[in-house]
Amino acid sequence: MAKIIAGVGCSHVPAIGAALDHGRTEEPYWKPLFDGFQRSKQWIAETKPDVVILVYNDHASAFSLEIIPTFALGCAAEFPPADEGWGPRKVPVVKGHPELAAHIAQSVILDEFDLTICNKMPVDHGLTVPMSLMFGQPEEWPCRVIPLAVNVVQYPPPTGHRCFMLGQAIRRAVDSFDEDLKVVVFGTGGMSHQIQGKRAGLINSQFDAAFLDNLTEDPQALVRKPHLEYMRDAGSEAIELVMWLIMRGALNDDVREAYRFYHVPASNTAVGNIILENA
Amino acid sequence: MATLHDYDDIPGTTVFDAERSRKGYQLNMFCMSLMKPENREAFKADERAYVDRFPMTEEQKQAILKRDWNEMIYLGGNIYFTSKIAATDGLTFQNIAAEMTGMTQEEYLQMMIGGGRSVEGNRSLAEQLRG
Repeated sequence: MAKIIAGVGCSHVPAIGAALDHGRTEEPYWKPLFDGFQRSKQWIAETKPDVVILVYNDHASAFSLEIIPTFALGCAAEFPPADEGWGPRKVPVVKGHPELAAHIAQSVILDEFDLTICNKMPVDHGLTVPMSLMFGQPEEWPCRVIPLAVNVVQYPPPTGHRCFMLGQAIRRAVDSFDEDLKVVVFGTGGMSHQIQGKRAGLINSQFDAAFLDNLTEDPQALVRKPHLEYMRDAGSEAIELVMWLIMRGALNDDVREAYRFYHVPASNTAVGNIILENA
Repeated sequence: MATLHDYDDIPGTTVFDAERSRKGYQLNMFCMSLMKPENREAFKADERAYVDRFPMTEEQKQAILKRDWNEMIYLGGNIYFTSKIAATDGLTFQNIAAEMTGMTQEEYLQMMIGGGRSVEGNRSLAEQLRG
């Protein structure tokens, strides 16, 4: 049977992708950040997941304002890197897992989560930057990826509670898939940041540390956190952190924190990375 | 009369909700068109002629032509969309974020390296008014 073995939380700043793609990882500004991901890269190389379910948000790449799905599951065989205005990132095409994706869609919809199903979807930095941070720069990605895009562009995003429950439903779906697969769930975006208006540049390291602590130990303390609190205390774009709760919902109640890394800044953003293993 | 929201009290912050999305629809769809290289070329070749292809208000067009990033947000633009104009100009998210704060690029960069803008005193307009 398929099995979710771990979750990864990871920020997805576009400038990180640009630094990697342009060979700037050894520059003093970037080196501490990329050094901080070494342990995670090693962990995932050893863990060798067959499938990553990657929860992220699209940044007006696949979805404009014409269609704004709250939850969109990528069921295609392939997902090309999106052109976000400066040409597509030169990273491998993302290979999906259409059979497991279709199974998840069917299972969670009957479990009362009315997903949008996407059979054609370019994927932007929200998905490709966490892939690069965790897997480096291979010729081909070493596993299949099922993208789950969450609307955080137009307010309101789904609540943290809803996200957590969707994670639980995804867990039930994966558990009932009749093929031996090791699955890791990524929750991406965040941490504290604001990239618009006069308050741009806001960072709240205390908020982020508390979020990471609770994510491991007491996720129920996070699931009722109102959107206003994320936006007010950690910046308007920190609302992306609700996506980490989908990852957390897909794990056991008890998890082991295998690794944590936190760094300020990457461009406008506080970068967090956490690995939670099912205990 | 616009409805007041709890998030309207966050200083220096515009939350892109359904109302703003409606107001900014054409502006944001113009930004979306810049995802295609041929459209970026057409925009760069004659900005005025290119923006005139979209049924935006004159105010929205002027904000784009002047690269007034805060004004674009005020007129219903969303940062993930307006950043496509920035990308066309060869600017980064950090460049336009710095500009929106009114700081110089260097000041903003140094603030971020120093740990970013503190939330203290930046949580609430009501709190700021009370001093």
